[in-house]
Amino acid sequence: MRVFMLGWEFPPFISGGLGTACYGLTRSLDEAGVDVCFVLPTAVTPEQRGAVEHVQLRSPADVRVPGGEDEARWPEAFEHVEFRKLDAVIPSPYGSPDMPQQDVEAVRRQQRRVAAKHRVRKALDATRKATRRVHSQSTELPEPAMTLPEGSFVLGGAGVNYDGDLMGQIHRYARLAVELALCEDFDVIHAHDWMTFPAAMAVAGATGKPLVIHVHSTEFDRSGENINQQVYDVERAGMHAATRVIAVSHLTRNIIVHRYGVDPDRVAVVYNAVDLPENGSYELTPIRRDETIVLFLGRITMQKGPEYFLQAARKVIEKVDKVRFVVAGSGDMVQRCIRLAADLRIGRYVTFTGFLRGQDVDRIFSMADLYVMPSVSEPFGIAPLEAMSHNVPVIISRQSGVSEVLTHVLKVDFWDTDEMANKILAVIRHKPLHRTLRDHGQIDLKKFSWRDSACKVRDIYARVATGH
Amino acid sequence: MASVVFYFQVHQPFRLRRYSVFDTGTNYFDDRKNEEILRKVAGKCYLPSNRLMLELIEAHEGRFRISYAVTGTIIEQCRQWMPEVLDSFKALADTGCVEFFAETYYHSLSFLYSREEFIAQTQKHSDLMKELFGQRPKVFRNTELTYNNDVAKVVEDMGFDAILSEGADYVLGYRSPNFIYNPPNCGSLRMLLKNYRLSDDIAFRFGNRAWKEWPLTTETFAGWVDRINGNGYVCNLFMDYETFGEHQWADTGIFEFMRSLPGAIMANGKNDFLTVSQAIERYPSVGEVDVPHMISWADTERDLSAWLGNSMQSNALHDVYALAAEVLDSEDADLIHDWRKLQTSDHFYYMCTKYFADGDVHKYFNPYESPYDAYINYMNILDSIRRRARPD
Repeated sequence: MRVFMLGWEFPPFISGGLGTACYGLTRSLDEAGVDVCFVLPTAVTPEQRGAVEHVQLRSPADVRVPGGEDEARWPEAFEHVEFRKLDAVIPSPYGSPDMPQQDVEAVRRQQRRVAAKHRVRKALDATRKATRRVHSQSTELPEPAMTLPEGSFVLGGAGVNYDGDLMGQIHRYARLAVELALCEDFDVIHAHDWMTFPAAMAVAGATGKPLVIHVHSTEFDRSGENINQQVYDVERAGMHAATRVIAVSHLTRNIIVHRYGVDPDRVAVVYNAVDLPENGSYELTPIRRDETIVLFLGRITMQKGPEYFLQAARKVIEKVDKVRFVVAGSGDMVQRCIRLAADLRIGRYVTFTGFLRGQDVDRIFSMADLYVMPSVSEPFGIAPLEAMSHNVPVIISRQSGVSEVLTHVLKVDFWDTDEMANKILAVIRHKPLHRTLRDHGQIDLKKFSWRDSACKVRDIYARVATGH
Repeated sequence: MASVVFYFQVHQPFRLRRYSVFDTGTNYFDDRKNEEILRKVAGKCYLPSNRLMLELIEAHEGRFRISYAVTGTIIEQCRQWMPEVLDSFKALADTGCVEFFAETYYHSLSFLYSREEFIAQTQKHSDLMKELFGQRPKVFRNTELTYNNDVAKVVEDMGFDAILSEGADYVLGYRSPNFIYNPPNCGSLRMLLKNYRLSDDIAFRFGNRAWKEWPLTTETFAGWVDRINGNGYVCNLFMDYETFGEHQWADTGIFEFMRSLPGAIMANGKNDFLTVSQAIERYPSVGEVDVPHMISWADTERDLSAWLGNSMQSNALHDVYALAAEVLDSEDADLIHDWRKLQTSDHFYYMCTKYFADGDVHKYFNPYESPYDAYINYMNILDSIRRRARPD
């Protein structure tokens, strides 16, 4: 079995769970004997390049930033996985991992946004033609919207510095992917998230191979109800063109069925998982400060609910004061959150760390007493699993895919900041609760394994490859 | 002669309302939900079952005899919302064929934490039985049949004649639960042990279509009871009263089964029905059963792990009893009553994580989404109790 896999992110070039998921999945597919040719755009923005150089990376992520070579072969762990990088300078579709100190600069950049937006619109006109060309096989494709809804472009409004236009790059990626595919021999095409769907459809059209579309998040998760019609159209076309759609949760599967009109029989759920260290668990850290650390870690965007975290923090601080709220991550709402913390007069209890990766993520988890994921919409949510693997109890929003499976966690509705504060306080105040969540959480973690997920994916490959 | 000893447990807890750390009120109980559940269970179980038992007693001219343990908390709820349930129990008491046991008024685990509290609650419940049903209980059963030698000793010192427990295999070994026994450290106190196989055939397996004995007929069951002849005196069928109509829905045929059971049991003239007091009067003890460790009738473990299996449960139990002196010294009757209602074992059962991940059993009227929510809510309310007990 050989798979032509199209992905947008891969460690260390990640901004969120997508790259982590692709890493875990391909590694276990590799172990399951599936050959994977992973086609990645050379997704290195100047910021990413800068960020990577001063972060120590782990194997096999210590592959150098591709500096001109078209392809790189990854060492040991990925025997069957080849990586192909296409020459497309791509901004992150989920928002770039900028550091908070850069946000002052971002305010200035805002003034340049109007011009940038103009460039996007111009590029989109060209993209639209390309989308039509790619989608000409699909009769169900709705007519793409003519104008971009104000402020709802997926790159996410203020503060994101992008040089290229995403749609243009997506289609450039598609063209290059087809060229590459024609030189490759494979059985199945597997594409992760909408940025790669045009490429996947083009490759499927050119080669006639079955297409598996893997949905890690939908436009509704990223943008609420104010969706970007163009992105939706690409997603819908990809899902309808696919032989089989993989959703990361039943939550996402429902969206795919009800909002994209995909036949439920064609949508399978394969959960993400988390990698545990060699010995099965991280050590319990003996470090006990006089401050309790409550952690938010994720992109600081509307979807992740950082504002609810801060609102809950204010209520917690009414009751206890030896507590620190750490907001780790970057995104288009960093400045807004810093301002909100100031407005709530809780600034001295809140620390913004900026984007963390690699060992810094491990470090922050090992310091945390509690992890909170207040996501407004979370198709899956790997981060709580990572927190639990680091022996950190978690509070997750019910509006998350991972909430379907986790039981030894605390659950809240993201908007219910009273209840969020109630639960944060309970974990802070009652050690037995902290201990029970921590210990029993390890049982929950065993439900998730990349090996199981890779086996499910392999079975899906086998079925679509034989025409089922 | 084999004598069937039926004992039914009748209980409802005062479930707690959602109480956040930011709440300040002193109304901790979810009246609406408690009333709703009581009405539902009364309609499906208590009223039709009591009617049936009364009919059976009358039809068999007093030869059908049964025993009940009715907790103080459900009696309070009936008084408040469904006095007709109490009336139907009184009618049963008036037949003279029904025995009422004593237990801790609040269905608590107080024995484990405070001997004084245990005695006080048992006394309060005994008084209630006398007041309601005109009989001073002679038999004691502890919450969820939790039992060990120490419980037996304390209960004997309080003047009871008999105590009930679980006929757990690891306690009885080769011995049969179908005899009367006595604890090693007591004088005349007798113990009756639940025949969990035959009890569970009715309470748990009756409606299970995958069970090889399904559908269970009264003839089959009476045959099993009859086999005790020659190798035992009693057949101790102990179960939750909610078995009838609630755990086993009416459409399983459980009421028809019960209706024809007494006739089938007594058909060959070799077997009969007794209350516990009658059983210990008729049959001697055949020996000692030594139970140094706490046992119960819960789950397959037959131990305390459903209430004390994780650190949240032990913390919550420890903390509620740690308030004993302050609460009692306050002499604030409302506060004391609230504190005691918080001792009901159900609150700790809701915090059980044993089977939680499997989404299994422990869900019967469990008002919480998770054991963690149960703990958090309980501890918030305990904070309020503590504030009231320490007004400064």
